[in-house]
Amino acid sequence: MEVWQYINSHWPLIGHWTVQHLWLVLVSNVMAGGLGLGIGIFISGEGRDEVADTTLYLAEMLMTVPSLALFGLLMPLLYAIGLPSIGALPAVIALVLYGQLPVLRNTYIAIKGVEPAMIEAARGMGMSKRQILRTVKLPLAVPVIMAGLRQAVVMNIGVAAIAVFIGAGGLGVPIFRGLRNSRMDMIITGAVFVSLLALIVDGLLAIMEKLMTPRGIRR
Amino acid sequence: MIKLEHVGKTYTDGTEAVKDLTMEIKQGEFCIFLGPSGCGKTTSMKMINRLISPTSGKIYINGIDTMKLDQNELRQGIGYAIQSIGLFPHRTVAENIATVPTLLKWPKEKKRKRAEELLDLVGMDPKTFIDRYPSELSGGQQQRIGVARSLGADPPILLMDEPFGAIDPITRSKLQDEFLKIQAKIKKTIAFVTHDLNEAIKMGDRIVLMRQGELVQYADPATLLSSPRNEFVRNFIGADRVLKGLRLLKAKDVMEEPPLTVKVGEDPMQVKARMDRENLRWSMLTEDGGHFLGWITCDDLEAAKPIREVVIPPTVTATPNTPLNEALSMIFNSAIGTLAILNDQEQLVGVVSFGIIRESIGQDFDSDTPMIST
Repeated sequence: MEVWQYINSHWPLIGHWTVQHLWLVLVSNVMAGGLGLGIGIFISGEGRDEVADTTLYLAEMLMTVPSLALFGLLMPLLYAIGLPSIGALPAVIALVLYGQLPVLRNTYIAIKGVEPAMIEAARGMGMSKRQILRTVKLPLAVPVIMAGLRQAVVMNIGVAAIAVFIGAGGLGVPIFRGLRNSRMDMIITGAVFVSLLALIVDGLLAIMEKLMTPRGIRR
Repeated sequence: MIKLEHVGKTYTDGTEAVKDLTMEIKQGEFCIFLGPSGCGKTTSMKMINRLISPTSGKIYINGIDTMKLDQNELRQGIGYAIQSIGLFPHRTVAENIATVPTLLKWPKEKKRKRAEELLDLVGMDPKTFIDRYPSELSGGQQQRIGVARSLGADPPILLMDEPFGAIDPITRSKLQDEFLKIQAKIKKTIAFVTHDLNEAIKMGDRIVLMRQGELVQYADPATLLSSPRNEFVRNFIGADRVLKGLRLLKAKDVMEEPPLTVKVGEDPMQVKARMDRENLRWSMLTEDGGHFLGWITCDDLEAAKPIREVVIPPTVTATPNTPLNEALSMIFNSAIGTLAILNDQEQLVGVVSFGIIRESIGQDFDSDTPMIST
């Protein structure tokens, strides 16, 4: 009941936090997606197996760093090179670092997983490597890459709530304030909105995934 | 058309996949690369469109050194079909067939028309199939599309790597027959890889038999079967090479006139007398117009019975185009030990027996297969 009252009386503020939160995640994940896709395509190239192993290993190591610690590590680093060490910038950097792994890994796996016979047929008919990538490998990899992107976005919606500790705003604000002031209604409001946001965005991405998957391989 | 001169492929680890291969495939020829696994047959074929680059020697197509061409342009000019087909699942049948035309930037309507033509050629209804996806087709249909795709831009040369290898025997045999009919129409120059001797004999104009990277014998199927060059070829072909050779001949190539044909109305005792005189065990009964009714044996003929009542109807009959291996099998099934050959109108045109087959192929095969006289 208290939660409801809190939401009712603070909805413009909650709206502001939600938009801030969403914006943070979207910006980071667009970049993370591009980065993951690019690196994923690169390391799936011929004769790059060792590079791929190293890259995937490093990317996975990065995922094991707790988000709070990563924010903490970024602050002095950014300060040292004269960039803002609090606010949106370190938050976005951290979210990009987290968000690229699922996309990178899935891009790599999906491209490597394209049936070799198909690639051979494509080569045998005179397609260039680029044409094979663009017209065969990538369209077939779409569902798996999109699944990676969804995973990254949902994960980052959660991680972004912690970015409040470095002053990036978002739905972490009511949770943080609620914790400090023992205000259960604020904590629950923040948690519920983070979850709702994750569910809705995931649903939208699922629809997008379906639309982007070529018809012949839709299940 | 395609000329290989001292072509070799040595991998960096020292394996010699192909050694000093020199051969020529003539225009319109169906050439089979045959041999056991690892003999270099697939490598040899893939060097023609440079999917594998030779480490020595030269390959010429119409007199042009293939190494001097752009590799993708070279491949776009050569049809390519493989065992695992490799259809693109995200593209429709029409789009799959038009793969090379798309690379060549044909206009849309031309591509569509070509896809329809090719579906017709491979015996699939364009209306039904053109907009389907590969996952909606059976294995045999997918393989047909694979063949159609290799013919997409009407290339003069086709490379086929065991295209019918992964298909059940019945469908395979059907696809082979269909493909032979297609080839009779389109007359492409074909390099076809298989490890199946029967397929090679059935399909090929000429067979390149390879072993450990070397060409052992390059000959037409009949020569390969009748005069194997060495022990390896003999073993590869097998002890039943005479039987395998039978499929190269048709009933019409060996059939003989029936010794005695009898018309329905004839007098049984006269027929009997004639058969006794000519020392015949049986004669053949036909009605007006030459339709074959069955066999008459001497013992069954009686004065009181019309000839029609003593006839033994044929259990099996063959056509002039029945391959001799099938004909021989039918002979074993026929009551009389002889096979009646009927034309399309069911008229009797000849007979084939074990003796006739033996006589006609006997002289073609060299002496290691002794003919037992009877």
